[in-house]
Amino acid sequence: KVPDPTVAQVKGKPRLLIMGQKGSGKSSISSVVFHKLPAAETLFMESTARIQKDSLNSFMEFQVWDFPGQIDIFNNPSYSFDLDAIFGEVGALIWVIDALDDYSESISRLNMTVVHLQRSYPHITIEVLVHKVDSLTEDYRGEIVREVELRTLDELGDLGVENAPISFHLTSIYNHSIFEAFSKVIQKLIPRLGQLEAMLTSLCRTCRFEKAYLFDVNTKIYIASDSTPEDTTSYVICSDYVDVIIDLTEVYGSWPRSQQWRDRLEGEPFNQTLEEQVGCEWAESVMVLADSKRPIMLREVDRFLALVAIMKEGSYDKMAQINMNVDVVVKGLTDFFEITRAGEKSRTGQEMVGQLPQN
Amino acid sequence: QLKKIKKQKVLLMGKSGSGKSSMRSIIFSNYVAKDTRRLGATIDIDLSHVKFLGNLTLNLWDCGGQEAFMENYLSQQRSHVFSNVGVLIYVFDIKSGEWERDLGTYVNIISALVQYSREAQVFILIHKMDLVARNHREADYEAAVAAVRRKTAEACAIVRRLRNDSGAATKLSSSSSQQPPGGSSSGAGDLDLDVDVQFFATSIWDQSLYKAWASIIHDLVPNLPIIETQLASLGQAVDADEILLFERTSFLVVSKWTSQEGDSNPYGDRFERMSNILKAWKHTCSSFTGTPRNAEQFSDFEYRMGTSFSMFVTKFTTNTFILVCLPPGEARFNSAKLNVAAARPWFKYLDGPVVPPGSS
Ligand SMILES: Nc1nc2c(ncn2[C@@H]2O[C@H](COP(=O)(O)OP(=O)(O)OP(=O)(O)O)[C@@H](O)[C@H]2O)c(=O)[nH]1
Ligand SMILES: Nc1nc2c(ncn2[C@@H]2O[C@H](COP(=O)(O)OP(=O)(O)O)[C@@H](O)[C@H]2O)c(=O)[nH]1
Ligand SMILES: [Mg+2]
Repeated sequence: KVPDPTVAQVKGKPRLLIMGQKGSGKSSISSVVFHKLPAAETLFMESTARIQKDSLNSFMEFQVWDFPGQIDIFNNPSYSFDLDAIFGEVGALIWVIDALDDYSESISRLNMTVVHLQRSYPHITIEVLVHKVDSLTEDYRGEIVREVELRTLDELGDLGVENAPISFHLTSIYNHSIFEAFSKVIQKLIPRLGQLEAMLTSLCRTCRFEKAYLFDVNTKIYIASDSTPEDTTSYVICSDYVDVIIDLTEVYGSWPRSQQWRDRLEGEPFNQTLEEQVGCEWAESVMVLADSKRPIMLREVDRFLALVAIMKEGSYDKMAQINMNVDVVVKGLTDFFEITRAGEKSRTGQEMVGQLPQN
Repeated sequence: QLKKIKKQKVLLMGKSGSGKSSMRSIIFSNYVAKDTRRLGATIDIDLSHVKFLGNLTLNLWDCGGQEAFMENYLSQQRSHVFSNVGVLIYVFDIKSGEWERDLGTYVNIISALVQYSREAQVFILIHKMDLVARNHREADYEAAVAAVRRKTAEACAIVRRLRNDSGAATKLSSSSSQQPPGGSSSGAGDLDLDVDVQFFATSIWDQSLYKAWASIIHDLVPNLPIIETQLASLGQAVDADEILLFERTSFLVVSKWTSQEGDSNPYGDRFERMSNILKAWKHTCSSFTGTPRNAEQFSDFEYRMGTSFSMFVTKFTTNTFILVCLPPGEARFNSAKLNVAAARPWFKYLDGPVVPPGSS
């Protein structure tokens, strides 16, 4: 029984297929985004000849497949690839183009791939990364991405493909752009994203937050944000906040304390277990910017997810009240993901945030 | 008890492109590593006065490393450059490719230093370690250290020989007829001619730079014993596991205190890590707010990690930030915050040249 390949197979894990010419930066990208390799260390990486398959267990299980540049999966004399096994699942094709190199050949290979996918696997979204743009000026970046986009769409038109689900991103592993691009890629693969966004939007309204993000802690990908317009500077500070918290946790929270330490703390004058002494089981942090007294807060939702929000000036004094509202949303998010993981139909986000105490 | 502002002359030397101006900009001017790519070669000597806490001024001599300048320091400017030096920081580029030549220059510099400022402390930074693949780092570093040690001994031997050969010291400097301090050769004084050098493997791309610079400033900070005693009292009073005191611009660790439990923390590099993390965070905040990177960026930073630990970082005195790491618990956290705020006046002298009477 062959599954109908034109219909996305929701049961499986969403899959990110990373392709592009040799040396375009594919392995660097997957190591930096999914394995926290510092960008500079990619200089020491060796090129790989086989497909690297990674399975990531995060807020959602998904797979990352890194294809060596020299392999042409559609037209290969020595292998014949099981295309259904590659493209049958729901997912995205991420095509990496080295912006510093001649990209004509890369574009024609991309287009051949798009033609195949549009014919047999139209549920696969196509994401083109115009990559290694760190050394280019702002203006030149814009020019390159426009040219790549124009040429790709032109050639596709000539090949008779119109309206393919294709997006373009400017990226570099040396700054946040690669994480921001992957955020947008992943968001397209999240079922019922709208509900998540509605929860965050409602939280922002109740607590007078300027911006709220839900982060996948391990990758710094944000999987949802409120409905205010995208804003890279907000994303950057919030994602760096996640980094700081991870670093602090590693240094002070990742090693076991002694039993005497615990015994002493649970004795006089508190006479309570540590569990009873703390207000929240997960990470909880707030930081106040010096210039405008704008606080930024972070709250872990579970092992994988953290809520980070930029607050309005002077709201530090209202933290107690804000925390109550955040608790409610965190509970809503936990339910949402439990249900998503269980693959069931969820209640609407609106209901949950509707119960927030008003400010 | 009154202590005046202490001045320290700090020489930053090493060949051109080795990374001297880069590290100075990162530590004292809040550059991030990638900003340093824009730095041009330093022409002659770039002098800066860095106020550190309230009572220490570092006169930083960033000495451009191009050969012509180096020759000049060793000849015309010899006594000007090498007298009254408190600290010499000598930077080697691990990927230089001209090691022998670099070491030759180093011998000349050390000879001049020993001749004019025998008491100076010497720090050797084996720099740009990030360019060496991880599995070679240790071996390459050890080899560099061994070579520099040999050359240091060689330099001392040269000076000793010149001293014993009376009058030779003046011949060393081609133009200046000035007699170097302590230049009168007496056989007994020469025994202490061995320079004590400290080595660090560094890179501007990680926290190693903060480790080296924290050690460099550590011995220069005035009133350190008082600070340490008071930090310990504070730590015990608020039931902390660790307290770090940072200078506000550089975020170098000035002093620290750790409880017995905190001592079992396996991260021995955590002090420089904290400097690096908070400095990077400051930079992120500055990009976000659009305020100058030397401005203060955050006032309070609180973090509670469930039943594992709590911590806060806060503006402490005018010139310092304090990090307090505590056992978990809401009540403990809140009272520690109040107590730390209340303890500020004890540490006021960190901001002024004067130690309050009766504080030691
Ligand atoms: N990879 C790497 N590059 C570094 C490091 N430190 C500095 N650099 C780079 O080295 C180059 C030269 O650095 P400078 O700080 O200007 O060198 P300098 O020692 O002041 O040179 P002169 O002023 O001519 O004596 C810059 O492009 C820096 O970005 C490091 O630790 N690793
Ligand atoms: N400047 C710059 N170099 C990059 C970037 N991403 C990757 N590289 C470099 O490109 C080279 C090739 O990368 P690699 O991941 O092996 O390419 P692959 O063959 O597509 O897997 C490596 O030296 C990387 O360090 C980037 O964003 N900017
Ligand atoms: Mg310089």
